[in-house]
Amino acid sequence: MGNLIKVGMADLNVCVSPDSITTLGLGSCVGIAIRDPVTKIGGLAHIMLPDSTSIRNNTNIPKFADTGIEELVRRVVAKGASRGRLVAKIAGGAQMFAFQSKNDMVRVGERNVQATKQKLAQLKIPILAEDTGKNYGRTVIFYPETGDFVIRAVGKPESVI
Amino acid sequence: MSDMTVEKMSDEYFDVLKEIGNIGAGNATTALAQMMQCKVDMSVPQVRLLEFKEMGEMMGGEETIMAGIYLGIEGDITGSIMFLLEKQAARHLVGKLMGMATEGEEFSEMEFSALKEVGNIITGAYLNSLSTLTNLVIYPSVPDLTVDMAGAILSVPAIQFGELGDKMLLIQTQFFDENVLDGYFILVPDLDSYGKILSALGIA
Repeated sequence: MGNLIKVGMADLNVCVSPDSITTLGLGSCVGIAIRDPVTKIGGLAHIMLPDSTSIRNNTNIPKFADTGIEELVRRVVAKGASRGRLVAKIAGGAQMFAFQSKNDMVRVGERNVQATKQKLAQLKIPILAEDTGKNYGRTVIFYPETGDFVIRAVGKPESVI
Repeated sequence: MSDMTVEKMSDEYFDVLKEIGNIGAGNATTALAQMMQCKVDMSVPQVRLLEFKEMGEMMGGEETIMAGIYLGIEGDITGSIMFLLEKQAARHLVGKLMGMATEGEEFSEMEFSALKEVGNIITGAYLNSLSTLTNLVIYPSVPDLTVDMAGAILSVPAIQFGELGDKMLLIQTQFFDENVLDGYFILVPDLDSYGKILSALGIA
């Protein structure tokens, strides 16, 4: 068994098999796992907001779907992954409360998922699987060896996508 | 106020938050004591400015199961507030309120609605103190309650703070009956409401 690397909120990291990588308690944030199936090099980003260009204070690269995914790709390629072979799995983007305030923060989870898909499409990285939306938190663990993306939620059986 | 960031907030704003926390927690303590018909004490609230990745840690890890109550505020200022309580503490409060020990992993519908009421009273107490200090009119919306991982619940206010900066501000208060209950209160004014709060207090 390898090490388990932890990624925090608004954070990202890369890992090589047999290591695995995790982020705990995703709510409206989205976890994006990417991997090169041949070199078994992967990475995980935990983004909070959809778009860095709509925010003035936007120097925190891993906080946004657009800049975070670009940086994640750059980091796995720097580690030795092939840019053309990258595939992705995504999870999170829940709406934790039925009420959300009336401004544009409404359904930020959904907007995070949309922005994530848009960015991955633009980079031509196919999404192999997703577990997004709904109203509960998720912990995810990604294994670059197999590409398994394990998802845990409170009061639900563990699933693998 | 468009270049406002949480990092740049003045010491005065912290003191004000602490004072709101103090009075709010005082009101909440009185309300809780009446509701549960027993003596409840509280500690002096701590105002904390935390990096997003530190928040989960302080509550015992991102996967700690918490009860989170979240509601919107409207009126002279807009935004939202959240109150968080560790699940065991929530269970203890609800058990006392309903006069019986609760069992099982999940909250029953009855317990859920009692817990919502507890959250309503506590957040109402904080909002009252904010309103009294600032003379601003503040209406709370209908609250929503969820029981889930701390990280997932906190992502909601964290994302709102994330639009302003890379840290978030919370008030930690301990309540005591025969147990110690850690409660966390998070006030998230919308961007232009910060200015209104500060100028109402004569700071800005």
